[in-house]
Amino acid sequence: MKKRKIGMALSLVLAAGTILGACGSNEGDKKEGTDKKAENFKVGLVTDTGGVDDKSFNQSSWEGLKKFGKEFGLEEGKGYRYLQSEKEAEYIPNLGKFADGGYNLTFAAGFLLEDAVQTAAEQNTGTNFALIDSLLMNEKFEPVFLDNVAAVTFEEHQGSFLVGAVAAKQSKTGKVGFIGGVDSPLIKKFENGFKAGVKSVNPDIEVIAQYAGDFNKPEKGSSIASTMYTKGADIIYHAAGGTGNGVFTEAKNRKKNGEDVWVIGVDRDQHEEGMPENVTLTSMVKRVDVAVYEISKMAMDGKFPGGKESVFGLKENAVGIAETKDNVSKESIELVKQYQDKILKGEIKVPKTDDEFAAFEKTLK
Amino acid sequence: MSFLDVLAIIIPAALYTAAPLIYTALGGVFSERSGVVNIGLEGLMLFGAFTGVVTTLTIQDSMGAASPWIAILVAAVGAGIFSLLHAVASITLRADQTVSGVAINFLAAGLSLFLIKKMYGKGQTDFVDFRINKSDVPGLSDIPVIGDIFFSRIPYTSYLAILAAIVVWYIIYKTPFGLRLRSVGEHPMAADTMGINVTRMRYIGVVLSGVFAGIGGSIYALSISGNFTGGTISGQGFLALAAMIFGKWHPLGAMGAALFFGFAQSLSITGAQIPFLKDIPSVYLIIAPYVLTILALTGFVGRADAPKASGIPYVKGKR
Repeated sequence: MKKRKIGMALSLVLAAGTILGACGSNEGDKKEGTDKKAENFKVGLVTDTGGVDDKSFNQSSWEGLKKFGKEFGLEEGKGYRYLQSEKEAEYIPNLGKFADGGYNLTFAAGFLLEDAVQTAAEQNTGTNFALIDSLLMNEKFEPVFLDNVAAVTFEEHQGSFLVGAVAAKQSKTGKVGFIGGVDSPLIKKFENGFKAGVKSVNPDIEVIAQYAGDFNKPEKGSSIASTMYTKGADIIYHAAGGTGNGVFTEAKNRKKNGEDVWVIGVDRDQHEEGMPENVTLTSMVKRVDVAVYEISKMAMDGKFPGGKESVFGLKENAVGIAETKDNVSKESIELVKQYQDKILKGEIKVPKTDDEFAAFEKTLK
Repeated sequence: MSFLDVLAIIIPAALYTAAPLIYTALGGVFSERSGVVNIGLEGLMLFGAFTGVVTTLTIQDSMGAASPWIAILVAAVGAGIFSLLHAVASITLRADQTVSGVAINFLAAGLSLFLIKKMYGKGQTDFVDFRINKSDVPGLSDIPVIGDIFFSRIPYTSYLAILAAIVVWYIIYKTPFGLRLRSVGEHPMAADTMGINVTRMRYIGVVLSGVFAGIGGSIYALSISGNFTGGTISGQGFLALAAMIFGKWHPLGAMGAALFFGFAQSLSITGAQIPFLKDIPSVYLIIAPYVLTILALTGFVGRADAPKASGIPYVKGKR
């Protein structure tokens, strides 16, 4: 019996190891001075479990905050800093730490923190929060607005329209594909914007769209991409997170066998993901850093956009096509510029929903 | 698309996605046949994926296209050693095998992410430059009809998986070693009386499960996802465990079940683009693999009996 007890103890030690594994570096625990002068503006960022160097949202948010801090002479660690959440359970305490530390504004990176922001904002009515890429929702999934919370969203459909135009211009087969993560209003914006962009350039191009039902199943992404490429699509736009990794794998496999296929990346410049076979045509980027910078500035000037949705789009230069343009032809870049102007002038209203797209398509004929 | 075109999409996709499951399920067969429940397959797979990607990234500059293959071997050894934790806890120390397996899952997830952070300073690895690619089998892929369906655009690891299943079947059912392994899992006391070292056989079973799960995990990472993140292995290990039970703890059965899972999934994906099936609402296609599995489990497979001593620690001389 004694042996069994030792065994249980060992199991416990193993389990405890996991908690250790989640420790990582926690730079957020440095003591915070509270005797700051009143005019000193302090802004914080709470990451989701992806961590501050996730090459995506969190990282981009932090870059925006750093830019803001440097520009206005704030000191890193005192004027601006981040807290990394290693577990979901840390969201609310982390948000609370900033509120208690007298921070004027706290960013929450990503929709995963939605509930936490709601709770923290209700508990700390004296402090402002900004939730990136999501609205606060009640139990019925209706948007709610709190006076001390700014909800930041992006006009992904506008950026998707532009990459759609590139796809239409550079498709040789006359067929392109769209792979979404989960069928939801958010991802529908990507799909409809993309389709509108394609059809605006050439209404005869066929767009095959499919949803994987998951953001983290690369094998599904690979199978869907394989089917689309086999059916003759030569460019696929993915808005599917980790599932998109499978799309890249499939495209690389085909490129290696001499097929002329491409992937359009999403959220950030995914050129690296396409190497060494070079399969990334371009990417639809969301400039979270731009939004973080702008909101921080507004808050500092006393114009914090609390209690409403702040939308960032082409006008704010917060969505668009990626920096790396190695694979984009000159004509496409020209075309993108033209459409960009048209969207900015309001001549084109990019559709977000299926209904809007149906109406949009009719205007093309 | 004609029926044959559809088959030429679905079958290669099924073989492609089933390969990691086949290896891992075979690992499960070894462990459970020796009488040790191994719920830690998920964690062992994850550790294999981690080792495979890290090894490939480390040696790809010097080894080139051979690096993913070497990485699979390293992952097999790595996960084999890692599985010793489960073996020590559940065999020597007679801990509860389920608890120890769950601990393996947690430990692998935490440890690998922790190490990734320490090594690369970020939460995920880069993409590997050399993968296990899909390829055509020279000669065979030119056979009309069959060539397109069975021998084109499939990574070699998938054929090796089927070969491995046959080899494992031979080992477990046709060799003295296999007989001993099974006897230890069915009636350890009788085996002990016959002079078989129960502890030793069980250690071998668990370590082999680690080796195979490591191969499965690294093949998943190196042929499908291309990099390693905390979410690379999310549920595949449990799917492999299910395939093993579905296959009645038999190597060929486990292989068949894994292939069936792969087939059902690729059918549900490709189905959305086949003219005839396209009109079915997509939610039905997405749940199809699970419905098919339940139907197959309840309707066609019949009773599944685990090895009798599976899950029970062996105490010498205890009745």
